[in-house]
Amino acid sequence: MTYVEYKQLNPFQKFAYNFKKFFKNLPGAVGRFFKTIGLAIVHFFVGIGKGFKNYGTTFVKGDWATKLSYIIFGFGDFHKGKYYKGILYFLVEVLYALFMIFFGGSQLALLPSLGYLKQYDYEDADGFTVTVLGHQSMQILLFATLTIVVTIVVFVVYISNIKDAYRHQVMRENGEKPTSLKTDAKEFLDGKYHITLLSFPILMISVFNILPLIFMILIAFTNYDGNAHNVLFDWVGLEKFGDLFNVLDSANKGKTFLGVAGWTLIWAVAATFSNYILGLIVALMINKKGIKLKSVFRTMFVITIAVPQFVSLLVMNQILAEEGALNLLLGTRINFLGGEPWVARLTVILVNCWVGIPYTILSMSGILMNIPEDLYESARIDGASPYKTFTKITLPYMIFVTTPQLITQFVGNINNFNVIFLLTNGSPTNPDYFSAGYTDILVTWLYNISMGGGKKDYGLASAIGILVFIICATLSLIIYNNSKSMKDEEAFS
Amino acid sequence: MIKSYKFRRALANTIIYIILGVMCIIWVMPFVYLLLHSLRLDGAPVGNGEVLPRQFTFQNYIDLFTGQSSNAEVQAQSLNFPRWFLNTFVVAIFSCIISTLSVLMVSYTFSRLRFGARKTLMNIAMILGMFPGFMTMIAMYYLLKIMGLQGQMVSLVLCYSCGAGLGFQISKGFFDTIPRALDEAATIDGATRNQIFWKIILPMSKPIVVYTVLTAFIGPWTDFILAKIIMQDNYDNYTVAIGLQKMLANEYKTTYYQQFLAGSVVVAVPITLLFLKMQKYYVEGVTAGGVKG
Repeated sequence: MTYVEYKQLNPFQKFAYNFKKFFKNLPGAVGRFFKTIGLAIVHFFVGIGKGFKNYGTTFVKGDWATKLSYIIFGFGDFHKGKYYKGILYFLVEVLYALFMIFFGGSQLALLPSLGYLKQYDYEDADGFTVTVLGHQSMQILLFATLTIVVTIVVFVVYISNIKDAYRHQVMRENGEKPTSLKTDAKEFLDGKYHITLLSFPILMISVFNILPLIFMILIAFTNYDGNAHNVLFDWVGLEKFGDLFNVLDSANKGKTFLGVAGWTLIWAVAATFSNYILGLIVALMINKKGIKLKSVFRTMFVITIAVPQFVSLLVMNQILAEEGALNLLLGTRINFLGGEPWVARLTVILVNCWVGIPYTILSMSGILMNIPEDLYESARIDGASPYKTFTKITLPYMIFVTTPQLITQFVGNINNFNVIFLLTNGSPTNPDYFSAGYTDILVTWLYNISMGGGKKDYGLASAIGILVFIICATLSLIIYNNSKSMKDEEAFS
Repeated sequence: MIKSYKFRRALANTIIYIILGVMCIIWVMPFVYLLLHSLRLDGAPVGNGEVLPRQFTFQNYIDLFTGQSSNAEVQAQSLNFPRWFLNTFVVAIFSCIISTLSVLMVSYTFSRLRFGARKTLMNIAMILGMFPGFMTMIAMYYLLKIMGLQGQMVSLVLCYSCGAGLGFQISKGFFDTIPRALDEAATIDGATRNQIFWKIILPMSKPIVVYTVLTAFIGPWTDFILAKIIMQDNYDNYTVAIGLQKMLANEYKTTYYQQFLAGSVVVAVPITLLFLKMQKYYVEGVTAGGVKG
């Protein structure tokens, strides 16, 4: 369809056309997404291959000092007169060796079995009970993960040591002298400034984000259930993922997963679209020409966002309670949050509107004010009615600009812990579910079976986390790949 | 004809005013309820039959901060709001300093410096951001436990500020709009990257710096789940969010309900004001589009 043809369609046909186009393009977008991932993997392996090739050729070309650097860190640098760097490299090797001998090695050796010594009690000569601690799988897993991360870092240092040794060898062959410590230090404020700036954040993120993340992913393949007595546990492979889809399971885990996942989907769709549509309507009303007190209305709504969410949700929880203000006002005793499953579910969605609409209004107002004024002006000159300008200019513009936002909000709602947890905490409980209630979504269920008070299953929680990640990551990457602002990052500079 | 058009418009506007008015009332009502009931005289819990309180007093606020309670046995329990408030304040200050620095450093690096691993690192940051938060939180709890830091305020500061570097998108977007010609001119004059960052880029980015500071400061006041996981039953180191939720637990609710409302107001008012301020700077930062060179 050409542009002119498209322009002649009425709004409904346009919508139908866009709708069709979206779904026609969807396979393409998904395909591109997998192609990108595939390419990334290929790049990764090509990179590793290149690394090995360089590793070999450098060894062949290197002189004896460079060759010795393959075993003794920093020897090449030291030999070429770059003393401080050579010593630093060597120090890394010594520290790593000590780390592995006294700590890391034993932990790694225990990783396949996750420990075998059981904790036991015995009575000593005086009749006191003495507890002998055995292996603790949790600790072994965490320390082994730590060891692996440290090993990867040391490996990177090792490779850079070889590269540096070879670089200095070439420099000597060309008759250049190695740079002094002072020049190098200065270089860290200019040419290598990115290393200075990034090292602290990367260290923090590695210790408190990446390490726990690897650890939790590994937990998904064990049978750890989080109960205090369970000190020793084992690898179980993909059993926990199997549990999630096993509907006939006696502990109801599979049934719970299907039920909770279904409600999560309904919740995410309902919450996203109700917020989007109602928010758009209110934003249009506030921004309509001729409406006064715009900023007053806007501030009223923004206050809801500004008040900490836990305060507004806890207050809502109290107002909606069985003896709460709303029931007093209506003269009824409806149990909004813990009675009938569908009443509770509806209440959660409605309260989420109360929480979420102001966000939509805020972002929509910004976009509405950004619609170029000359569009309206030329429409007025051409004699378009207000209704026409709305359907032909405002609406298409808004839908075009805000579609990516819609998907981001959808992902956000799948992960919307606060609303559910603070409002209903999953109630009413479902006796047929494994530690979950009717309003629990996947992430609150994850919380219940890992940190909550009821029956626990840590491995299952991790498996759920991984599944939620895969869903969210796929959705986000598809938007990310197709969004313009990511493609021409430097458009404005 | 013109008259009827005017009439129709006036009618439409009136309807819109009515709808907006009703919605505003619905939206603001819970907060009015919160404010009025935090000032209610009667110490009786919810459900005594009155939606609007009749007599007002500041006693709830005084009780909240002096730790006094009308019930003597309850006073012995360890619900200590002033302490929680101070905790949150200290945690907020420290994590604000660390996070602001990380965010600005990371966003400057990704916006201005070009190096081999840049794209890779940005992609990793994006992927890390997609994991559900609790997955790391639970493991973080075990990590801190093994380090002997569980239930300590240090660990809260660490947890709030460690991941801050991942939230660089907004300020990076702002830095991207500052013309590169400025950097080039400075480089020609002999400035290092370090000097460009501190002396040129940062002074020009006031709105986004203030925005980052305020976001980082507000975070610990509003966070609920991470604090709960780390603090568990260590009441003395609670932050206001989990402390206030504790007041609603079944065993405390009857005596502490009024104080919970008062405490919510005490937390909500300053945070709301800060948030509105932050919003202003955010809009300023985004719409100004940097400094047009």
